[in-house]
Amino acid sequence: MDLTFTPDELEFRDEVRDFLKDNLDPDLADRVRNFAHLSREDYEGWHEVLNKKGWLAPHWPVEYGGTGWDVVRRFIFDDECNRAFAPRVVPFGLNMLAPVLIRYGTEAQKEYYLPRILDGKDFWCQGYSEPGAGSDLASLKCAAVREGDHYIVNGQKTWTTLGHYANRMFVLVRTSSEGKRQQGISFLLVDMESPGVEVRPLITLDGRHEVNEVFFTDVRVPVDNLVGEENRGWDCAKYLLTYERTNSANVGASYAALGRLKALGATRTRNGRPLAEDPLFAARLARVEIELDNMSTTNLRVIASVAEGAAPGTESSILKILGTEIPQEISNLARMAMGPEARALRDESSTDRKLTRDDRAALNYFNLRKLTIFAGSNEIQKNIIAKMMLGL
Amino acid sequence: MQLAYNDDHRMLSETLERFVTREYAFETRDAAANSETGYSPGLWSQFAELGIIGALFDEEAGGFGGSGADIALVFEGIGKGIVAEPFHAVLRGGTCLAAGNDAQRALLENVIAGESLVTLACCEAGSDYVADQVGMTATRDGDGWVLDGSKIAVPFGGVADTIVVSARTSGDTRDRKGISLFVVPRSAAGISGNTFLNVDGGASADLAFEQVRVGDDALLGNADDGYAILDAALNRGLLALSAESLGVMTVTADMTVDYLRERKQFGVHIGSFQALQHRIVEVIIAIEQARSAVANAASALDENEKTAARTLSAAKYTTGHTGRRTAEEAIQMFGGNGMIWEVPVAHYAKRLVMIDHELGDEDFHLQRYIALGDA
Repeated sequence: MDLTFTPDELEFRDEVRDFLKDNLDPDLADRVRNFAHLSREDYEGWHEVLNKKGWLAPHWPVEYGGTGWDVVRRFIFDDECNRAFAPRVVPFGLNMLAPVLIRYGTEAQKEYYLPRILDGKDFWCQGYSEPGAGSDLASLKCAAVREGDHYIVNGQKTWTTLGHYANRMFVLVRTSSEGKRQQGISFLLVDMESPGVEVRPLITLDGRHEVNEVFFTDVRVPVDNLVGEENRGWDCAKYLLTYERTNSANVGASYAALGRLKALGATRTRNGRPLAEDPLFAARLARVEIELDNMSTTNLRVIASVAEGAAPGTESSILKILGTEIPQEISNLARMAMGPEARALRDESSTDRKLTRDDRAALNYFNLRKLTIFAGSNEIQKNIIAKMMLGL
Repeated sequence: MQLAYNDDHRMLSETLERFVTREYAFETRDAAANSETGYSPGLWSQFAELGIIGALFDEEAGGFGGSGADIALVFEGIGKGIVAEPFHAVLRGGTCLAAGNDAQRALLENVIAGESLVTLACCEAGSDYVADQVGMTATRDGDGWVLDGSKIAVPFGGVADTIVVSARTSGDTRDRKGISLFVVPRSAAGISGNTFLNVDGGASADLAFEQVRVGDDALLGNADDGYAILDAALNRGLLALSAESLGVMTVTADMTVDYLRERKQFGVHIGSFQALQHRIVEVIIAIEQARSAVANAASALDENEKTAARTLSAAKYTTGHTGRRTAEEAIQMFGGNGMIWEVPVAHYAKRLVMIDHELGDEDFHLQRYIALGDA
């Protein structure tokens, strides 16, 4: 079997490449390539570039500002952006909240929030996990009690990615403790500037500030900010998770990382020879390259079947597992390739040269441990496959 | 997005699956694969009538297929039923014949019709999986040649009517230049064979060539230049083995999942145990990756030599690795029942592991992949 793009699709790919060449700031791409810190302005600036072109929300319905691209074009677009080291599009508003609003929101909510996501007025973050509710999300405790036209929210959320950049948060709260746990959960939109919201940084093992804890103390949220029905927020949550898990293979990003790793193999040495000629390193590199080539085709096969009308099902769990283990292994090999130099915890202020991806190889390795944990840990994905696909 | 499988491919695949399911049930297979000849001449001619052999060769060679997709589909289907008939022998030998003179190509027509068998003898004691290590010699003798030496593990080498054999006409043991191919009748004076059944069914033979005299018309292609033909035949052989492995592992995993659903211990289905669930899911994911590797190999077959060889090695490595894993997990999850001759999964497992012993195992192909690399 051979999966090839049609001439139209290839033309589209060239159009995307040209666009990226003309519009992606090389300095920004360089920082992405080298795992440098990205500011809120970096993300917002890239959103603005895409929005100007009308390409910020490819998967939204056209009437709300989507592009009308099919699944193949959306894949090509994501893939090319990854290969060009464009910053990732911050997914919380665009890829997670927006589909929920379009499906479950009121007309007023759609009219107000969707344009603000596109033009960057709002920066959203996600309020799902709690200290006691990780993989077992339905055990969440953060509570909202109705008082007139408001909910009063008390509790804590955690692992809030980019919460320190956000001005709004969509939150799963407990509105009832009766019946099944899933049936007492509601989906609320919270203004982070409301009194009683406190964001505290959680510094991760690589020394970075990406995630946060968010505390709610008697925070008043207007009832108009409820999405869907009270106690039916689990429907929204599940719907959102299916979006969170699409396109998780990130093939283009892994090819980009592999290319850098090969360059490292050519310049680093072992036993006085280029590292690439070391048989054990060569074997590890070859294994992950073959896995990646295989995954690339696995991903295209899934896209081809979705393009033919099949519903994406457990395939997205398979791609999530492959698409996280492979980049982890590439980052592991990059760490090993750096040898004794991997240990130095370098910082921009302590050197007069620009730090590269290679300087941060060990930190990146540790940072990427998150991949197999978030968005439904890989163990949860295996449970899903065992149940849904194998009927076990 | 375009798929290279067309309606003809789908029909071929369905025809083969129907035939294997109906006519090649486990008991039939068990009897044929372990009979004296290692196959069933009756069933073999039915495969020929259905056009399954012809699908492996292009029209010029007298077939009606011969693309990477054709080969992959046929061998995946064969794998699903662990068909032990001489498909690999005729693919490798036949691909060589197709590059030969008119008389040699006429031999292939008989093979496609199911009326005779051809095989390829290119493996020697000590050559491991390397086809350019050729110690057997062919020396000029008047208008003809004299062949001397021996070959091992020749698929169906005891019963094939025609043998394509590699021999050295010049150069040193590992030189590619100097290898020539000869088409020799199995009945030629001076050929003796030691035939044996394989662990996984089917038969092979070690063949000795003592002062075997052949005419100049036995030479296939040009003298000293046989390696390219040999290499092309072995590349097709690699695709076939990888695709077969994919078929075998798909059915092995299906059988294992069924068993996990049925088998009860401690009052529950063993498939309810998470320790087993996660392991079988890992096997399923690895098989999806192997399916992609075979697809890549099928489409790379006709690309430039180096790309094709590298992609074929990637597929053989992937299926070798995943095949063994699938086999071992299947036997472990079947418990004692996976150890019994009359339980089919045991034979699927044997075939999966033994495929790794044909034309190069996972380590051999990982090294070949590296050697052909751009890094």
